Amino acid sequence: MVDFFKIFQLPQASTMAPKVDALYDFIHWVSVVSFVIIVGGMVYFIWKFRRRREGEPTPYITGHTPTELSVAGVLFIIVMVIFYWGWKDYSKIIQSSPNALEINVMARQWLWEFEYTNGRKIVNELVVPKGTPVRLIMGSADVLHSFYVPNFRLKQDVVPGAYTKLDFTATSVGEQQVFCAEYCGTAHSKMLAKLKVMEPKDYQRWQTTWEVEQSLGIQPAGAAETTAGQAPETVVENPVERGKKLFAEKGCTACHSVSGQVLVGPSLKEVFGHEVELADGSKVMADENYIRESLMEPQLKLVKGFPPVMPTYKGTLKDDEINALVTYIKSLRN
Amino acid sequence: MAYDSNDHHKNYINAEKGIWSWMTTLDHKRIGVMYLFATMFFFAVGGIFAMLVRLELFKPGPFFSPDTYNKFFTLHGAIMVFMFIIPIIPAALGNFFLPIQIGAKDVAFPRLNLLSWYIFVTGSLLLVFSIVSGGVDTGWTFYTPYSIRTATSVILATLGVFVLGFSGILTGLNFVTTIHKLRAPGMTFHRMPLFLWAIYATAIIQVLATPVIGITTALLVMERVLHIGFFDPKLGGDPVLFQHFFWFYSHPAVYIMILPGMGIVSEVITAFSKKHIFGYHAVAYSSLAIAGISFIVWGHHMFVSSQSPLANFLFSLLTMLVAIPTAIKVFNWTATMYKGSISLKTPMLYALSFLFLFTIGGLTGLFLAAISVDVHLHDTYFIVAHFHYVMMGGTVMGLLAGLHYWWPKMFGRMYPEKWGKLSCALTFIGFNLTFFTQFWLGKMGMPRRYHDYLPEYTPLNIASTVGSWFIGAGMLIMFIYFIWSLFKGKRASENPWGGKTLEWTIESPPTTHNFHKEPVITTGPYEYGELKTTGEA
Ligand code: HEM
Ligand SMILES: [Cu+2]
Repeated sequence: MVDFFKIFQLPQASTMAPKVDALYDFIHWVSVVSFVIIVGGMVYFIWKFRRRREGEPTPYITGHTPTELSVAGVLFIIVMVIFYWGWKDYSKIIQSSPNALEINVMARQWLWEFEYTNGRKIVNELVVPKGTPVRLIMGSADVLHSFYVPNFRLKQDVVPGAYTKLDFTATSVGEQQVFCAEYCGTAHSKMLAKLKVMEPKDYQRWQTTWEVEQSLGIQPAGAAETTAGQAPETVVENPVERGKKLFAEKGCTACHSVSGQVLVGPSLKEVFGHEVELADGSKVMADENYIRESLMEPQLKLVKGFPPVMPTYKGTLKDDEINALVTYIKSLRN
Repeated sequence: MAYDSNDHHKNYINAEKGIWSWMTTLDHKRIGVMYLFATMFFFAVGGIFAMLVRLELFKPGPFFSPDTYNKFFTLHGAIMVFMFIIPIIPAALGNFFLPIQIGAKDVAFPRLNLLSWYIFVTGSLLLVFSIVSGGVDTGWTFYTPYSIRTATSVILATLGVFVLGFSGILTGLNFVTTIHKLRAPGMTFHRMPLFLWAIYATAIIQVLATPVIGITTALLVMERVLHIGFFDPKLGGDPVLFQHFFWFYSHPAVYIMILPGMGIVSEVITAFSKKHIFGYHAVAYSSLAIAGISFIVWGHHMFVSSQSPLANFLFSLLTMLVAIPTAIKVFNWTATMYKGSISLKTPMLYALSFLFLFTIGGLTGLFLAAISVDVHLHDTYFIVAHFHYVMMGGTVMGLLAGLHYWWPKMFGRMYPEKWGKLSCALTFIGFNLTFFTQFWLGKMGMPRRYHDYLPEYTPLNIASTVGSWFIGAGMLIMFIYFIWSLFKGKRASENPWGGKTLEWTIESPPTTHNFHKEPVITTGPYEYGELKTTGEA
């Protein structure tokens, strides 16, 4: 019986996987025991108290409150244990390491684009180093999607118009399957990607090779090895550079310095990752979503001491431009 | 219908003749029967779509095109949820038996009752038109922004859901009023059959929750037609807001689906064990408790949607609490059988199937309520298996228990017992083959709503599809013998099962006015057994 279940056991390829499995197994055994009590009782009663003749007498029993209360009490304890355990592990899932390797993810019908901070962009293939905390910053170009790696036991919806994040640390070298888990239309079941986990030194080599080829103007050789047929690896500008250019082009520099000097608006030096005090006295953390919101709905959260004069960029900036700006502003943090 | 004036007595079926007498009837029994035929028809249609979905998944590689497949699973879900499982028990069996079980002649507002039926038919026609005009491919959840951008007939379908909602609200109002106002002398709340407690709790949810889905679908239509940005970020909306609206209705709605089934099981288990229900008050009030809690747990469908960790914390905690009243009920049904005189007629077989399958459905809810585990299982086949265990294994098995139990009363004819047992066995075996395999598929990570899948999922999918053929065969047999029995079934006596509730004291089928004179109630509904010491366990 137990071995029979083992064939449905997925490999555990992230730090979270064994934790999730442990709770799964616990609930599994709680369920097996409860099932045996209820259905075992039922089957036993069916056999033991089967009707032998019509009109045979039965006792008059209307209930027994102490039994009911003890069932409720025991159950309450069990479900609270399950709840607390699930919550505790979930808190680890959402915890992100401050020095995580950040990778931008853009989901679109029906493919995944991964973009590294050095500007390298790959479709349907994500390469990460083993044992290193990785943080995906995900956006969608169209509808809802969900980034799901069964062997990691992790999943996070990708929502258009906002960023969502997924943190993980891979624990074994090899290739993992990525699914889209939120229904997204015609080719939903074909929105697949591979996640390749490498030893950190191999990962370094993989990146440096590309960077060197890039600087020498060589077309990358990696193109052939990716999974998707369509233009797997595109060379684009470094997003920080692109963001910097946009920052000037879109008129941001008129009001925001990046040097610390206060103009019409606050300086964006060292804003990212810090708390900002708002006009109403509350504080918010300046993260990706905050920056995005400041571009789309600038009047929503006003920084204390500044006039509400910033125009909205809704409709002016495309998703990838917002991404570039966010990356640029992030780069100003140190 | 199978009755002519030569029949042994005048009853609600032969009292008036002609299709028009049905279309204009104010008799709660006739309206119940009309609901029954309409909803069972949609059950068959939804079932056909289900078989097509499973056919596609028989092996990897396409059979239908992806767009066709996406329409199939959407229509399967939407029809089953909105046109079958939500209305059927309250509107068909509830309509028929609620007034009788409280000793009344009819519901409080008979005209409103007929109007609800017409609204139901109108809403259903809108949904049917959406199929004819190209179908819908959003899934029954209509998640934005996909539902705003897809070219399929979302407007017709959501208008259908909007209209259907009014039918449910009016029925709910009618039932709450009827229970409060029309109980016969001596019929206190605590002497009401548990079926009515369940219908009562359901009616409250219907009245309070259904307006929310109405507003939500209306907003969706406005967004599609007038481009007002509620949910689409392109128009400045928030797609996750839609999920909150949707589940604020649809989570309580899953209890609209299950509570009436639970009510039926309480009736059938007592009647076929010849025992008083174990813990009447616990079973009755747990229905209300479930109805109450159901309003504050919707966020458990959104643990990975990007809702805040605090929300996840609270929704997980509250969801865990649902397990307690649910488990109390399961425990009490089992305990009722203790020292009973158990007869395994078809209604009881279905009630026992309910107990078996619903236990699995409820227990697997625990996996999903634990946030970290749900992060893995959400949107996989594990979810599909879980809700089929509760909705088909629970509600549908409860419905079929009730349908066989009350068939003799409703139509004055017995269904054929042997065929009934065969059909139940096929369905039960097929059900487990179809859906237990899906727990494993989900655990192995296969996402739901997949037109195609990776080869490692093949064996379990084959098993699941083969299981669906067993269910199909079981249900086909049932449809045939039910229709057959309307004309050829053995005549039923007043009380073939020796039941104790009021419907078993009147003719089969009942007369138009149910009772010859108003009954006076002096005891509870489950006075089986010899009066020995109370409270022994
Ligand atoms: C002990 C009782 C139950 C618990 C703890 C429970 C828990 C859950 C949870 C946490 C989910 C969300 C999973 C996810 O989407 O990731 C879920 C999904 C679902 N449950 Fe339950 N559940 C219980 C009983 C029921 C009952 C009685 C019904 C209906 C009759 C039901 C119907 C559903 C449906 C329809 C879904 C999924 C809907 C969808 O995504 O399409 N559940 N359940
Ligand atoms: Cu729910």
